[in-house]
Amino acid sequence: MEGHFNEPWLDASAPHGEVVLSCRARLARNIAGFPFVNHATAAQRKELLRVARQVLLGGGLSSGMIWVDLGRATEHDRRLLVERHLISKNLADSDIDRAVAISGDESLSVMVNEEDHLRIQILAAGLQLESIHERLNEIDDHVEGKVDYAFSRRWGYLTACPTNVGTGIRFSVMMHLPALKITNEIDRVRRAAKDLHLAVRGYYGEGSESAGDFYQISNQVTLGRSEEELLGELKDKILPRIIEYEQQARRVLVERNETLLDDRTQRALGILRSARLLGAEEAMKLLSRVRLAIALGRLPEIDPRVVNQLFLQVQPAHLQFQAERPLSAEQLRVTRATIVRKAFA
Amino acid sequence: MKCDRCNKPAVVHEVTVKDGVKTEMHLCEEHASAKGIALPDETPINQLLTQFVICKENRPARSRRIRCQTCGTAFASFRRSGLLGCSDCYGAFEEHLGPMIERAQNGGTSHAGKCPRRGGATIDQQLHIQRLFKELEDAVASEEYEKAAQLRDRLRDLNPDPTESAPPPAAG
Ligand SMILES: [Zn+2]
Ligand SMILES: [Zn+2]
Repeated sequence: MEGHFNEPWLDASAPHGEVVLSCRARLARNIAGFPFVNHATAAQRKELLRVARQVLLGGGLSSGMIWVDLGRATEHDRRLLVERHLISKNLADSDIDRAVAISGDESLSVMVNEEDHLRIQILAAGLQLESIHERLNEIDDHVEGKVDYAFSRRWGYLTACPTNVGTGIRFSVMMHLPALKITNEIDRVRRAAKDLHLAVRGYYGEGSESAGDFYQISNQVTLGRSEEELLGELKDKILPRIIEYEQQARRVLVERNETLLDDRTQRALGILRSARLLGAEEAMKLLSRVRLAIALGRLPEIDPRVVNQLFLQVQPAHLQFQAERPLSAEQLRVTRATIVRKAFA
Repeated sequence: MKCDRCNKPAVVHEVTVKDGVKTEMHLCEEHASAKGIALPDETPINQLLTQFVICKENRPARSRRIRCQTCGTAFASFRRSGLLGCSDCYGAFEEHLGPMIERAQNGGTSHAGKCPRRGGATIDQQLHIQRLFKELEDAVASEEYEKAAQLRDRLRDLNPDPTESAPPPAAG
C-alpha cells in the first residue's frame, strides 16, 4: 500500500448522505470447471489466481487496477484493506493463495479465492444502489466475456454456499442511525428487517455491533427473484422507510430534547478536541454524535467529509499507516487522539 | 433384465427407497403401460430420461452417506461446513439441498435473474450434459438404477423440457 487514499465513497454530499454513509453491491461468481475454493487444490487455486489476474488486469474494467497478492502482503496491509472495506476479514485471515484487484479510486474491488472464486464489489457514497448495480453488471459482463461462469438454469450462478446461489448478488447499505439508537427504536428496525429477510450487521460486519451507530443492512435472499426485484424492494420499499424513520427520530430529538442533544454534541467535541488518549470504540461513539449534529445543521463549521473520513482514520491499521511504523496499543490511542485533535482544531 | 410379471425384457425400472428400504420394479412395455406408466419416446436421451420412474424418496438416514461423484464432498460434510465442493454438488445433493435452499431463500426455488449471455456457458453445459449422459448410459448398462435415477434427475434439470432440446452429440 503506497501513496495517499482516495475515498469517493465517503463523499458526504451523496444522495441521502445524512443517513446513508455508503452503499455496496457485490456478486459471488465461480469459474466453471474448477471446484469451489474450499475444495480446490493448491495448484487449482494458483491457476484461478492466474486466470483472474489476467482477466481483471487485462484492461477494460476500470482505470488504474492494481493487484494485491495477499499471501505476500504484510499483516498490516491486509488489516488496512479490511478497514477500507476492500477485502473481507475472512480473506485477510485465510492462509491459502488469494488476492484482490482494486480500481484506482477504490470503488471496485474483486476478491479472488474468498469463499467463491470471485467476489466482485462496487462501493459508493450515499444511496446509489441503481448506479452501482449498473456498473457491477457491466463489470460482470466484461468478466463473463473472458471466462465461463459456473451456472445452472435452475439454480442460476452456483456458489460455494447455497445462501448466495441464484443471482449471487448482495446489496448492502451502511446506515447511520444514531437517533433511532438514542430513542431505543433501533430494535424495531432490527425486527422489521428480520421479518423482511434482511441482515443487519455492524460497521465491520458480524460482531462489530453498531460501532458508531452504523448498521449495515443487506438482502439475504438471492434466489427466486431477479436482481432488479431485489434492488427495487430495498431501494423503493425498505430503505426510504428506515431513512424517514431515522429522520423523524432526529426531528423529535431536536423538538423535545434540543438542549440534551447540543450537550451531547459539545461534550463529544470537547473530548475529541482535547483528549490525549482515545480508544477506537470511544472515538467512533463520539464521532457519531458529531456526525448527527452536522446532519441536523447544528455544526455548520465542520466539514462532514472530515468526519466520514475520521471513522476510517481512527482504525488501527490506518493509524499505523499514518505513523509509518507499528504502534503499541498505548501508542495507537495516543496517535488516534492526536489525529482527531488536529482534525477538529 | 426381465419383466417382473412376464418373460419379456423390462424397459421400465422403478426404484423406490422408503425409510431406508429399497424396492425395485422392472416392467416390460406392456405391463408398464398397463400400470399407466408413460413409455419412452424415440430420441435416445428421452428414452433414458423417461425410462425410470422414481418415487419420491424418503430417506433421511441415507442422506449423510451421499457423495458428489465429481468432487467427493459428502453431504454430511456440507452439513458441517455449509460449503459445497463444486458445481456438481448441487445436482448430487439436490433432493436434500432443494428444501434447505428453499427455506434459506424465503421460498425461492429457482433462478429468476441474470443469465450468462455468452455462448461459453452453454458450451460448458453441453459438455456437462454429455458427460452425465454417458454416466447414465453406463449406469443403465450395469443396472445401477439408483445412480441412474439420480443422473436422470440431474439431466432433467439441465433440460427442463426434454422435448425441446436435441439429444447431445454422440460422445467420442
Ligand atoms: Zn411384462
Ligand atoms: Zn461436488
